[in-house]
Amino acid sequence: MKVRIPTPLRSYTNQEKWVESSGATVADVLADLDTQFRGIRFRVVDEQGRLRQHMKIFVNQDAVRDLATPVTDADEVTIMQALSGGCGPAPAP
Amino acid sequence: MTTLLIGTRKGFWSLTSDDARERWTVEGPSFLGHIISHVVLDPRDRRTILAGASTGHLGPTVFRSTDEGRTWTEASKPPAFAAGDRLERSVRLVFWLTPGHVDEPGVWYAGGSPQGLFRTEDGGDTWAPFDGWNDHPMWETWCEWPEENTPDGSMLHSVIVDPRDANHLYIGLSAGGVFESTDGGNDWKPLNAGSVTAFLPEIEPDFGHDPHCVRLHPLQPDRLYQQNHCGIYRMDRSEARWVRIGDNMPRDVGDIGFPIELHPRDPDTAWVFPMDGTDVWPRTSPDGRPAAYVTRDAGETWTRLDNGLPERGWLTVKRQAMTVDGGDPVGVYFGTTSGEVWGSADEGESWTPIVQHLPEIYSLEVGATAG
Repeated sequence: MKVRIPTPLRSYTNQEKWVESSGATVADVLADLDTQFRGIRFRVVDEQGRLRQHMKIFVNQDAVRDLATPVTDADEVTIMQALSGGCGPAPAP
Repeated sequence: MTTLLIGTRKGFWSLTSDDARERWTVEGPSFLGHIISHVVLDPRDRRTILAGASTGHLGPTVFRSTDEGRTWTEASKPPAFAAGDRLERSVRLVFWLTPGHVDEPGVWYAGGSPQGLFRTEDGGDTWAPFDGWNDHPMWETWCEWPEENTPDGSMLHSVIVDPRDANHLYIGLSAGGVFESTDGGNDWKPLNAGSVTAFLPEIEPDFGHDPHCVRLHPLQPDRLYQQNHCGIYRMDRSEARWVRIGDNMPRDVGDIGFPIELHPRDPDTAWVFPMDGTDVWPRTSPDGRPAAYVTRDAGETWTRLDNGLPERGWLTVKRQAMTVDGGDPVGVYFGTTSGEVWGSADEGESWTPIVQHLPEIYSLEVGATAG
């Protein structure tokens, strides 16, 4: 299936906007992406398997937060940065 | 010649001086747009530099350079709690970096938010959670988990390795206090006697304090200093009690602040940069009159150092944003949240602006070419 990569993650994909992946679930796709583009998964999902606060994943037009959501090769997966301004809490002084 | 490594809210810059430390060249940005909390040179090989980052949408990581910052790669396994962690913790921010003992090349420690401790043995490429701290039976209590008890989140900082003993460690928690391990980090004990907590009902509890920055003097490793939320302290370890040397600061300036920096050759000399801790805690220069203060007698007396600084200015200097080089006289430097770096080539007697208009400065450390 085709996976759309947001600009903040394209340093992992040699600046490719669209990449090919496979898997039966969104989690599978992220695991596959990590084998292709080492380190990309941890920027999307934390160490407890939770989608990071300011990341969004769409399967076709539907936003999903459950990484067990099934996908097929006919689906289009989009990884996006949420409209958050990129500001997590700043470090304290 | 001195190089300064500057971590900012929006990336990494560096400054390199001439031999007189009068003219400076700025380089950067690297990692533009990334939050760079701390950039630290490995004093053991003087080539490796690690940068603790938390990058907006993308979460925390560590970048590493093995060629003095010319090229960078991301850690292949960044600091993280274990998958399936008992408290389901995840690292939000890699806040603090400390190179390990000289006899353990490749070992570094990273402190995070939440207040996890992480360790690498391969120079920062792969990191593991440091279980002796993260899974200590008192961790939730000492860290007040899951409270976020400082304005921008709780963090672990000031990881200190005793130069005589790789198994003797100190850490600071904001908030939580100072903790010590004498067995390589398997067990920990609070080390807060004598320091106060004006923000708790109990003025001298065992823990719950808010050290902002803790330093150990490498030439006198039983001498500790800390700039705390509630004062400036010194501890001579055999006494096991913090002495509030900030009581000797001028009353109208007070002894609140974030960094404390030590003279590399004189354990009695330390610099601080006081902040306004009155009223609603502005955390800017007291009365809008910026100054560093130095003690040369281990805190008995303090001298104001404001020659060259603006007469009026509301500067804020964060806990990692002050540093010293190895020159003679020592160069003293600080970076502000308003993106200015100020330097002194004469131990703070006179200050000059080195660069301005950078993003908010989080950290300032001396790089490979320090004199």
